[in-house]
Amino acid sequence: MQIARVVGSVVATVKDASLHGYKLLILQPVTPDRAPSGRTLVALDAMGAGVGEHVFFVRGREASFPFLPAEPSTDACVVGIVDHWDLE
Amino acid sequence: MQLGRVVGTVVSTQKHRKLEGAKLLLVQPLTLDDQPRGIPLLTIDSVGAGVGEKVLLVIEGKAAGAALRRKAAPVDAAIIGIVDTVTVDE
Repeated sequence: MQIARVVGSVVATVKDASLHGYKLLILQPVTPDRAPSGRTLVALDAMGAGVGEHVFFVRGREASFPFLPAEPSTDACVVGIVDHWDLE
Repeated sequence: MQLGRVVGTVVSTQKHRKLEGAKLLLVQPLTLDDQPRGIPLLTIDSVGAGVGEKVLLVIEGKAAGAALRRKAAPVDAAIIGIVDTVTVDE
């Protein structure tokens, strides 16, 4: 998993039927010292996260697990909202 | 699997129900000569690792979910061991 900041959302009226009803968020992954890291990506939202919040997301096949028995076609999903983190 | 060092802890009250109770740690993957490689990952800890320890990581969904001992848990990285020593012969 990785920590990211929610920087936006996506509306897509025409999409794969398995994605109907899900919220799409734009994530900017961040390093633990809060610097942006790598490219932004679009992820499904399993938590009700909002713009500006720090979240963590899972990549790969497991990204569809939060919605079982439904299996939306996604490769990234927000599975937690981060309260805070501490570095050594 | 990969080697890494635990560099921090993460607190998340609102997380997916399959992750309830899971300990979240930030882990910096390491090369064999202990240099940081890539950016730190957020992992779940199933073995009781602490900050500063060198650990063994799985970065793949099925194995990581198994470490949490829950079926179909939405995780892709887990700590599955605490490293005592690493010996490189070449």
